[in-house]
Amino acid sequence: MSELTTHTEQSMARTIIRRFFKHKLAGIAVAVLMVLVLAALFAFSSPYTPTEQEPANKFQTSSLDHWFGTDELGRDIFTRILYGGRVSLAVGLLSTFLSIALGVIVGALSGYFGGWVDSLLMRITDAFLTFPTIFVLIILGAYLREQQVPWLKNSVVIVIIIIAVLSWMWPARMVRGLFLVLREREFVTASRALGGSHLRIIVRHILPNCIGPILVSGTLQMAAAIITESGLSYLGFGVQPPTPTWGSILATAQNQVFRAPWIAFYPGLMIFITVMTINYIGDGLRDAFDPYVIHTEK
Amino acid sequence: MTIYAIRRILQTIPILFIISIMLFFLVRSAPGGPLTSARRNPNVTKEQIEALEEKLGLNDPLPVQYGRWMGALLAGDLGESIKFRRPVNDMIAERIPNTLLLVGVSFLITLLVAIPIGVLSARRPYSAFDYSMTTITFIGQSIPVYWLGLGLIVIFYVTIKNPLTGEPFLPVGGMNTQGKSGDLPDLLWHLVLPVTALSLGWIAWYSRFLRSSMMDVLHEDYVRTAKAKGASENAVYYRHALRNAILPLVTLIALDLPSLFAGALFVETIFSWPGMGRLFWDAAKGRDYPVLLGVVMITAVLIIVCNILADLAYGWLNPQVKYE
Repeated sequence: MSELTTHTEQSMARTIIRRFFKHKLAGIAVAVLMVLVLAALFAFSSPYTPTEQEPANKFQTSSLDHWFGTDELGRDIFTRILYGGRVSLAVGLLSTFLSIALGVIVGALSGYFGGWVDSLLMRITDAFLTFPTIFVLIILGAYLREQQVPWLKNSVVIVIIIIAVLSWMWPARMVRGLFLVLREREFVTASRALGGSHLRIIVRHILPNCIGPILVSGTLQMAAAIITESGLSYLGFGVQPPTPTWGSILATAQNQVFRAPWIAFYPGLMIFITVMTINYIGDGLRDAFDPYVIHTEK
Repeated sequence: MTIYAIRRILQTIPILFIISIMLFFLVRSAPGGPLTSARRNPNVTKEQIEALEEKLGLNDPLPVQYGRWMGALLAGDLGESIKFRRPVNDMIAERIPNTLLLVGVSFLITLLVAIPIGVLSARRPYSAFDYSMTTITFIGQSIPVYWLGLGLIVIFYVTIKNPLTGEPFLPVGGMNTQGKSGDLPDLLWHLVLPVTALSLGWIAWYSRFLRSSMMDVLHEDYVRTAKAKGASENAVYYRHALRNAILPLVTLIALDLPSLFAGALFVETIFSWPGMGRLFWDAAKGRDYPVLLGVVMITAVLIIVCNILADLAYGWLNPQVKYE
C-alpha cells in the first residue's frame, strides 16, 4: 500500500483524474465523446451543406460520395448528422448547465437554511416532480414557438430552456441532501465562529464538498437532456426544420421507413453512442469520487 | 394508514390546483388557437368565426374561462373536444384502459425480468454473468425508446416476413387486426413489439439499481444471521436480502413514474397504440385545448395516485415505516 504516501503528495484533482482513468471504459468514452464533439465542430469541412438538395440523388445508400447515403430530398445524411450533432450536443450541454445551476441554488438554500425555506422549496420541487414532464414539454414547445418574442423565435433556445426548467428537481434534491449533512460538520461551525457569512460558508466551504455528486448528476442530466431533445424534435415539438438535429432527422426518416430504413439507423445510433459514452463517463466519475471504491489492477 | 392516505391525497390537491392554473393559462394564451384552420378557410365568413368564438367562450377573459373550466372539472366534466365535438371525458375514458394495459403489461414483464437479473448479478458479482449483464444494461439504458421502436418496426415488420403467409412477422399498428377486435390472441400479438420497446429500458434501469441495492444489503447483519442459521441460499437471497433491497427500488419507481408515462407516449405514437399518449399527440398537433388539458390533468392524477400506492407499498414491505 504505497498509495498512502502518494496521496499526500498529489493534489485532489490529480488523484481524481488518475482514479477516473483507471476506469478503462470511462477513458474510452472520453475519447469517443471528444471525437463526436470535434466532428460536430468541424462539420463545415464536409463538401455538402445540411440543407443542400440534390433531387437527382434521392434515397442513395452508402457510397464514397455519401457515406450514410441521402434522404428523400437528396440531402447528404452524414453532413446532416454532423450539423445535427452541434445542436444536440449544445442543447445537452447548455440545458445541463442551466438545470444544475438551478438545482444547486434551490438545493443549497433548502438544505442550508432549512425551516420554512426548506418546506417551501421542497413543496415546489415535489410539485414539479409530479408533472407529467413530456406532456408539459410538448405544450410548452408548441406554445413558445408561436410567441412573438424575437429571441424565442429560435427553437433551439426554447428547447434548452424548457428542458432545464423541467429537470432541475433531481440535482436540487440531491444537493439538499448533501447540504443537510454537511452543514452540521465541524468545518462549517468553525467558519461560522470565525464570522463567515452564509454566502461564504455555502460557496467556499460546503459546495466544494459536493462537486463529485454534482458532476455525476450532471452526466445523468446531460444524457437525459439529449434523449429528451431528440424525442421532442422527433415528435415535432422541439427544434424545427430545416435545422437538423438527431431527433428531427429521425422524425423525417420515420416517414421513409419502408423505402429507406437505413436513414432511421444513423441518427438513432448517434444518440445512442453519445448517451452511452456520457453514462460511462458518469460511471467513471462516480468511482473516481467514491473514496470506498478500491481499484484493482486487472 | 387510512388517515395517512387521506392526508396524502389532501396534500396533492394544491399541487393539482397549481398545475391546472399554470397549464390552463399557458395553453389558452397561445396564439394560433383552435380556430386557425377555420380562419384560413376562405369559405368560412368572419361572422361565422365570431359566432363560433362566442359559442366556445373564447372571447371571455382568461380567468373567467379558467373558472368555468375548473367548475366543470370539479363536477367531473372536462369539456368538449374542439376538433371532434365529443366530450373529452368519453375520449379519455376510451383511451385509459389501453394505456394502462400497455404500461401494466410492460411493467409486469420488467419486474419479472429485472428482479432475477439484479439478484443473480449481486449473487455472483464480477462474474461473467454480472459483467455481461452490466454491459447489456448499459446499452439498454442508453437506447432511446423511439429509436428502439423504429428499429423493431424495421426488423419485425419491414424485413422479417411470416414464412407461411408472407405477411409482416409482427403487427405494428394499433391493438387489433381489422375486424378482429376483442380477439385476445390477436391483442397479445399486437402487444409484443410495443411492450418490448417500452420495457427494455426499464429492465436495464431497475436491474442495475437492484444489483447495487442488493450489494449494499448483503453486508448487513441479518443476512449473515440468515446464512449462519443455515437458511438455503435461495432463501437468503430472495427472502431476506431481496425484501430489503427492493425498498429503495419502490422509491425509485415512484419518483420515476412521470418518465414511465413519457415512454408510453413515445411507444403509443410510434405503434399507433390508441392510448392517452397518442390522443395527446394528436391533440397537440391540432391545438385541441380541452383534450390537451384533460389528458395532462388525468395523467397528473394517475401519477399522484400511483405515488400514494407506492408509498403504501413501501409501508407494507417495510413494517418499520410508521405513518404519522
